[in-house]
Amino acid sequence: MPGILTFAEQRDGKLRRASLEVLSEARRLAGGVGGSVGTAVVGKGSEALAAELGSYGADTVHVFDDPGLVSYATESWARAVAQVIAETSPTVVLFPFSAMGKDLAPRVAAKAGAGLASDCVLLEVKDGRLSARRPMYAGKAYATVEWEGEPQIASLRPNVFALGPPDASRKPTVVKGAVDAAARAKATGTSAAGEGKVELTEAQIIVSGGRGLKGPEHFHLVQGLADALGAAVGASRAVVDAGWVEHQMQVGQTGKTVSPTLYVACGISGAIQHLAGMSSSRYIVAINKDPDAPIFKVADYGILGDVFEVLPKLTEAAKAHQASRG
Amino acid sequence: MPLQIAVCIKQVPDTETRVRIAPDGKSILETDVNWIPSPYDEFAIEEALRIKEAKGGEVVLVTVGPDRAQSALRTGLAMGADSAVHVKDAALDGADTLVTARALAGAIRTLGTVDLVLCGQQGVGGDNSQVPGLLAEMLDFPQVTVAVKIDVQDGKAVVEREIEGAREVWETSLPAVISAQKGLNEPRYASLKGIMAAKKKPIQVLDAGGVGLDAATLAPRVRVVAMELPPERPAVKMIEGDSGTQAKELVRLLHEEAKVI
Repeated sequence: MPGILTFAEQRDGKLRRASLEVLSEARRLAGGVGGSVGTAVVGKGSEALAAELGSYGADTVHVFDDPGLVSYATESWARAVAQVIAETSPTVVLFPFSAMGKDLAPRVAAKAGAGLASDCVLLEVKDGRLSARRPMYAGKAYATVEWEGEPQIASLRPNVFALGPPDASRKPTVVKGAVDAAARAKATGTSAAGEGKVELTEAQIIVSGGRGLKGPEHFHLVQGLADALGAAVGASRAVVDAGWVEHQMQVGQTGKTVSPTLYVACGISGAIQHLAGMSSSRYIVAINKDPDAPIFKVADYGILGDVFEVLPKLTEAAKAHQASRG
Repeated sequence: MPLQIAVCIKQVPDTETRVRIAPDGKSILETDVNWIPSPYDEFAIEEALRIKEAKGGEVVLVTVGPDRAQSALRTGLAMGADSAVHVKDAALDGADTLVTARALAGAIRTLGTVDLVLCGQQGVGGDNSQVPGLLAEMLDFPQVTVAVKIDVQDGKAVVEREIEGAREVWETSLPAVISAQKGLNEPRYASLKGIMAAKKKPIQVLDAGGVGLDAATLAPRVRVVAMELPPERPAVKMIEGDSGTQAKELVRLLHEEAKVI
């Protein structure tokens, strides 16, 4: 009996971690929803990923392994997922709220005429029906949502749902599907800009800088600590708008909403729109010379001090710590 | 070739708003909220105006919302859009993203031929990032979301879009739905002349029936059943001493107490 279908995102033959988080969550919900867990994976070479998807909980893997499906295109990918929905009538469909999932899930929801809740951080099943908790206003409020009808479609925030332990002895049933690969909009290449950086929404540790750095020439202090901690680098809106760093680094309401295990705010006072974007981090460190800075209200650990003095010392201490752990 | 461009916008609370929960426990208190066009929608409006200035054509704003949403349309008209469509109906009060997209699609269909539909990549507040994709499917247009660069050429557009840690270049035929991300452009401020001119620009008001919706298509598929403020975070532990001592103590706490490094 069909229960849950998940979408597994792959690029260049590699599964995105967020897709495995979604699959792990599907496995946890399967008992309550009833039925089996299916996964759809689309693109050339995707059949080779079936075993890994099986180990994370897929009973059935629907593969669309077609040489015409080289790089992600919304229309052909949506056609494939919608086809699996039409053929298997799942009760619940789950996507990762990754760049691809964000682009794809609405198109699939419109094809299915079904409700979609984005960026969910908690899923529960009551009497066989799904309910979800999702941040709104960039985390200034949390809504609990329920669905009318089926399938109940949700996209899940990366970095929030625990990755289940893989079990290599689980062998999934592989179902091969075929779909028209034509798409009116498609990728023709990758631009070099911003390539190779750790994505903020997927980072375990983020070190962010704000106006307290006084100028773009001092941002290397933030980068230095980030390097020592193996962290991604973020920034406040003020310094993005001032042109110190590129906008992809912005954390807050018109930038990225992040939930790392550790967020270190350096010289960031904590405007309400910034706090909205990072206050769901597990641990927050604030370094600021203003004792009244609102950032201290959300921080777990605070250092009242000058970032120009504290950051070099902290980088040194972090390096020593990493070295001591080999 | 002149282009007919529709820009979908949403009126949202200012990002500096301190959110409070309404007595119904399912929505935010609207008292003292300062309403603005969603910041991402301003990038979409600006891009539409730049395309119109380069190629000629017309920019029509489309919104779904109560009476107050008219002020967001006036803001866009003051920036330079030519006209607006306001879908307004009490039956849309509980609209989810699916119903909202249906209303927008219906309103866009009343415009006749449309070459390009621009949207913000996300409505600030609802934070769903759904309407552009829903709308594209409903209109049977291709979509390119999260655009940071748009180059409209004859019958097609070349678009740079953001993904995790990189930018992709996409090409799409027109008509298409393209959603705007921060970094696409710097939206202009409305001039005094623009603000005066906006008062005379036409805003067509349509009800749910006027955009082709009936009881079945107005029924939301996702409902907010409860809303609450995020849990309070525990009090901060301030680390004392000179900066060298503070640094060492913080690293110790992060390792031994928080266990995150």
